[in-house]
Amino acid sequence: MSSPFQYAPAPESRSIVDIAPSYGLFIDGEFVDGTGEAFKTVNPATEEVLTEVSAGSEADVDRAVAAARRAFTRVWGPMRPADRGKYLFRIARLLQERSREFAVLESLDNGKPIRESRDVDIPLAAAHFFYHAGWADKLDHAGLGPNPRPLGVAGQVIPWNFPLLMLAWKIAPALATGNTVVLKPAETTPLTALLFAEICQQADLPPGVVNIVTGAGETGKAVVEHPDVDKVAFTGSTEVGKAIARAVAGTRKSLTLELGGKAANIVFDDAPIDQAVEGIVQGIFFNQGHVCCAGSRLLVQENVHDEVIASLQRRISTLRVGDPLDKNTDLGAINSAEQLARIRELSDIGDAEGAQRWQPDCVLPDRGFWFPPTVFTEVSPAHRIARDEVFGPVLSVLTFRTPDEAVAKANNTTYGLSAGIWTEKGSRILKIADQLRAGVVWANTFNKFDPTSPFGGYKQSGYGREGGRHGLTGNLKGATSS
Amino acid sequence: MTHVLDPDALSDRAATPAPQVPPFDDVTRSDAAFRAFLHGLPGVDQVGAEARVAVLGTRSIKTTAKAWAIDTAISMVDLTTLEGSDTPGKVRSLAAKARRPDPGDPTCPQVAAVCVYGDLAGIAREALGNSGIHVAAVATAFPSGRAAREIKLADVKDAVANGADEIDMVIDRGAFLAGRYLDVHDEIVAVKEASGPAHLKVILETGELVTLDNVRRASWLAMLAGGDFIKTSTGKIQPAATLPVCLVMLEAVRDFRNATGRQVGVKPAGGIKTTKDAMKHLVLVNETAGPDWLSPDWFRFGASSLLNDLLLQRQKLRTGHYSGPDYVTVD
Repeated sequence: MSSPFQYAPAPESRSIVDIAPSYGLFIDGEFVDGTGEAFKTVNPATEEVLTEVSAGSEADVDRAVAAARRAFTRVWGPMRPADRGKYLFRIARLLQERSREFAVLESLDNGKPIRESRDVDIPLAAAHFFYHAGWADKLDHAGLGPNPRPLGVAGQVIPWNFPLLMLAWKIAPALATGNTVVLKPAETTPLTALLFAEICQQADLPPGVVNIVTGAGETGKAVVEHPDVDKVAFTGSTEVGKAIARAVAGTRKSLTLELGGKAANIVFDDAPIDQAVEGIVQGIFFNQGHVCCAGSRLLVQENVHDEVIASLQRRISTLRVGDPLDKNTDLGAINSAEQLARIRELSDIGDAEGAQRWQPDCVLPDRGFWFPPTVFTEVSPAHRIARDEVFGPVLSVLTFRTPDEAVAKANNTTYGLSAGIWTEKGSRILKIADQLRAGVVWANTFNKFDPTSPFGGYKQSGYGREGGRHGLTGNLKGATSS
Repeated sequence: MTHVLDPDALSDRAATPAPQVPPFDDVTRSDAAFRAFLHGLPGVDQVGAEARVAVLGTRSIKTTAKAWAIDTAISMVDLTTLEGSDTPGKVRSLAAKARRPDPGDPTCPQVAAVCVYGDLAGIAREALGNSGIHVAAVATAFPSGRAAREIKLADVKDAVANGADEIDMVIDRGAFLAGRYLDVHDEIVAVKEASGPAHLKVILETGELVTLDNVRRASWLAMLAGGDFIKTSTGKIQPAATLPVCLVMLEAVRDFRNATGRQVGVKPAGGIKTTKDAMKHLVLVNETAGPDWLSPDWFRFGASSLLNDLLLQRQKLRTGHYSGPDYVTVD
């Protein structure tokens, strides 16, 4: 069905960002050369090399942790909480002022559509700083105990799916509660974290309060295992999360983990079908499905299965896949060749196990890493595509007959990060939400985020909460959330 | 769908026979059956509908796409005047504008129709001559629809006799809100019959129906009754056309065609004033009902001031700079 209404290309200009030929590490308020081997970061939509970035060695991490410790002991720890809040407000405003720059850079480095980086990632990142800025001088009244104290130096390792947003989720609460930070961004998406380092300078944040050490797994390991780190916060794969938990076991470090997921999006037969279809699309194709809480398992009541799938396929056929910088793009590039290979591998297993693959007609660009939006029907709970996290634009459709069966199937996973319920019946929402073992349950919506709302998982999706009042506890000594 | 005891199933309804719309032949057999059918349509989540139109509102329509969309939008305008003060002179002036929206540019397309009260339909018909522009007349005790059915039907017949080839009727919102769906349906059937060969647009007056669930039900009701178009508003009630309402109506015509094979048009009316509003509606059509609706046969804008803004934007695309209100004509 070719439309006479073809949207002309509407690319966001990349002239607003100025990418340097190479980047160092941000330690003690300054950019310094790393002593590890530099690595390249590419634009996943074109495979163009964007720049070269230093890899932090153990010695670099050691310097960063020492700077953070110094800043914690001398400046940030003793600072009046209201003054810490001022810095956070300043950072939040600067993020807003330079939001276009961040959005373009994020889309270049990550491959996500500019519409999402512009309308979701960057505004939410700023919102997290605003929200936590407000907490800085109110911690005594947060219901977290009489005298909540910071832990000290936080070592934070973040993933590539929401580079700046995950940075904000980690740094904003850590700073608001009086901790200092050594953060390692993901290997494939370091650029917005480095631009954030510039914001720290622009905001006159005291040196050492935020340190950014780029690198791959080894650098992350050095951050996590550094003996002078008091708190480890990690968002990423369950596999790495387990390794971190093992490394931290037996030390005095406190740990929060936000790991994988295989969320069930449950559609009952009385759901608002058109909005449910939007929610399914938003649940699995938002950010190319590179979302730990993605609604990757659609559980649809069998008596509306055909109708919902027909609607869903029609809707998916309208998704615009392509240039992430085009303002009309809905689905961008897969972040890396490695991730693309994993998505392909799991999809092929889906075919082999007998599920039915459906993909719309869509032309993918010749260069870069791309995978079309994909729906597998006739998926059984025993299939790997119903159990393993694909972390890509691949939806597995299962059916159920009764609410009990829906709950049983939804909970039948080693993960427990999020879930969705679609029904016009309020009482059913409350009942099912109560029975789902997932940290976040959305009703008649999906993938909605807000700094006031705690986020985190059950089981192998990790522990600890981020955001809201609950999220503060993981950064404080002796705090208990009630 | 819920099963209900249907006490009226055997009582006979006189008047006009309802149209047979397979597979929905039997849903209008009684009040109870019709209510059960309309209430069994999937609900609409207001928050979700608003979120969807907000995302579509960010579509960036530039250069060639914009030029196409502006010309298409102009060709979809039902250029409207519905005032107590309307005179033959006013209608003739509007008709002249409809034929030649931009006197300085012969490549500018004509509008789809001129929309007037029924008593002025003859003037409009005469002024439009053989231009191919339709004459739409509002009827059925527009805008409130509060009159006896005989009066409404006489109103329709008068407009058709005067030369209207499109009738914009209003539904009986009082009956709809009181739950007398079959009365509303039967009235549309009767008006359709009275319209003869004229195209029937059914105004739902969504500003008075308020909820999107009601909009969906009223849309299906009007389509089952044989309406050729469903139209949002009279323009006399606020809010008039809104994007979420238009979304739900486009979903309804899409689903109706899937189920019955019959295509019904959509006309948002009232409150669409700028080119940007029009673009957003066209994007909504394109990505909801689909490209089959992207023609004046299936989508219209009921508007008056919209046309001049479209013309200004059209001039801007052609010349590269904005002109001003003196470079387009007053109606």
